[in-house]
Amino acid sequence: MGRTLAEKVWDDHVVRRAEGEPDLLFIDLHLLHEVTSPQAFDGLRQAGRQVRRLDLTIATEDHNTPTLDIDKPIADPVSRAQLETLRKNCADFGVRLHPLGDVEQGVVHVVGPQLGLTQPGTTVVCGDSHTSTHGAFGALAFGIGTSQVEHVLATQTLPLARPKTMAITVEGELPDEVTAKDLILAIIARIGTGGGQGYILEYRGPAIEKLSMEARMTICNMSIEAGARAGMIAPDATTFDYLRGRDHAPEGEDWDAAVAYWKTLRSDDDAVFDAEVVIDAAELAPFVTWGTNPGQGAPLSASVPDPASYEDASERHAAEKALEYMGLTAGQPLREINVDTVFVGSCTNGRIEDLRNAASVLDGRKVADGVRMLVVPGSVRVALQAVAEGLDKVFTEAGAEWRHAGCSMCLGMNPDQLAPGERSASTSNRNFEGRQGKGGRTHLVSPQVAAATAVLGRLASPADLSDTRTPAGVR
Amino acid sequence: MEAFTTHTGRAVPLRRSNVDTDQIIPAHWLKKVTRDGFEDGLFEAWRKDENFVLNRPERQGASVLVAGPDFGTGSSREHAVWALQNFGFKAVISSRFADIFRGNSLKNGLLTVVLEQPVVDALWELTEADPTAEVTVDLEARQVRAEGVTADFELDENARWRLLNGLDDISLTLQNEADIAAYEAARSAFKPRTITA
Repeated sequence: MGRTLAEKVWDDHVVRRAEGEPDLLFIDLHLLHEVTSPQAFDGLRQAGRQVRRLDLTIATEDHNTPTLDIDKPIADPVSRAQLETLRKNCADFGVRLHPLGDVEQGVVHVVGPQLGLTQPGTTVVCGDSHTSTHGAFGALAFGIGTSQVEHVLATQTLPLARPKTMAITVEGELPDEVTAKDLILAIIARIGTGGGQGYILEYRGPAIEKLSMEARMTICNMSIEAGARAGMIAPDATTFDYLRGRDHAPEGEDWDAAVAYWKTLRSDDDAVFDAEVVIDAAELAPFVTWGTNPGQGAPLSASVPDPASYEDASERHAAEKALEYMGLTAGQPLREINVDTVFVGSCTNGRIEDLRNAASVLDGRKVADGVRMLVVPGSVRVALQAVAEGLDKVFTEAGAEWRHAGCSMCLGMNPDQLAPGERSASTSNRNFEGRQGKGGRTHLVSPQVAAATAVLGRLASPADLSDTRTPAGVR
Repeated sequence: MEAFTTHTGRAVPLRRSNVDTDQIIPAHWLKKVTRDGFEDGLFEAWRKDENFVLNRPERQGASVLVAGPDFGTGSSREHAVWALQNFGFKAVISSRFADIFRGNSLKNGLLTVVLEQPVVDALWELTEADPTAEVTVDLEARQVRAEGVTADFELDENARWRLLNGLDDISLTLQNEADIAAYEAARSAFKPRTITA
């Protein structure tokens, strides 16, 4: 019987397999950041252990970093202490670190791929649930807790029970206005926040094959929001083209050997998935969330659902709680929801293509009065590229704030937060209560919907903007 | 890791589904660099409401959390487990846990027990009607017991053995160091490296 992509990558990394035990899996790449690593380094110290493979380990600073005044000392002493702890740990143990101010600094899941470290058929871990992002390259990539971070630092392996596999096949072609973000939000709404639990998802089908690497990363990034630890897409010419020439991509004979291996990383025709979901791309539309978990979403053209319409008692209760927290009423059209803040950025939608997409909508338009729009590039490299293309000017001329790279308002560990009761349209990945600031209300959206929403001050798609652009030459 | 054999304590019924890790411990608490001192951050936003179940006088000292489905979704933060333990919880019962949270809990000796929703419902009804009712989580027998409730639960033998003995995963893995070295020696030359010699 054939094997799935996930099974092939898994099998290639088994260090030890024994009856009644989890497989011991080798880890090809370990990404570190300041939040989930300090206790792991402490554990190493207490046990007198070293980092086993410094050459497979890399760190950056992202969760706490400010996006303004990065040349000045960090105002929050607790954030500063956490960054200083990472710097000390990396220096003590010899780990390569890209700190704030370094040209390779940025959100860890943006940095790995752009350096060419994320490659097909590798195992990638990080103490961050959005490590699933790297699955876009056909890597088996998943978030781990701090105990596991320590385990990987010490052994370069993890004992893991093999998950089941689920195929998510997206047939047809995405309509013009529909993005990867809309697609993944629709998938999560369909299978639920627990639907992928225990599975590695494999996104496949014609609509997936046509996506760019950036779009594939957006999809795989949010696998965790469906409960799946990992999501994967089989590598193809798009993947190889993205990798060729990057800092850590193989060269010469190594490149040829790598590509030959990478081409084998496809689910066999006779492979059997434990579960299968089929989505018709043609039926999709711009999608937004209305609730407090990423599965509580609907097409932008819909209205806030009535909790009474849910048959399942637990879902009904969750919807009631969500509407109460979000300050929404059943039946309210989603397009009539006003926002205070628009956030473009994060490991979900902070890459160059995302910024281009948002800028293309904002070009020649203005952010609505009373609306604050933050654009936070995913990495310094993304920021430099955006500046080279003049995107920063498009944003600032529209009235948006152009910031430095980091996780920023996705989780508000730095000063970029919502005030209580404030409402955002955000290109990030979680609309949990208080995620973007205590009492803040989050609607998850694509970069295009974020930009259109900024212009109108209410949830909107670019199609709603027909007459808001200042004629060329006038702006 | 702290060993877990059996625990009996009063319960906190938490009638909520999709309790994400941002609710269990908000992000601003994640700036701490220790594994302790997270108890005041546990469910911080909800605890501002004096009627929240954890604030009720009759729940003080309770050590078993009985929650709705999909407990622990979201972020990989192990701080969520530490916060529950720092507060005094020894076990969490739910019909479904998020994968990463579950893995983290078992690595720290916080027993996460999966029971069918009707059993969770029964535990909710029992402990809401009688806050002094005790719940026993018995890992040796893989069974949860309370007045009118006896329910077996599953936990794979390997995880159970590690918990019962409070074993250190890293030490166990390093017993197989020779296997790791052999694997490393056979890895392809084209695999990426963060540091080039």
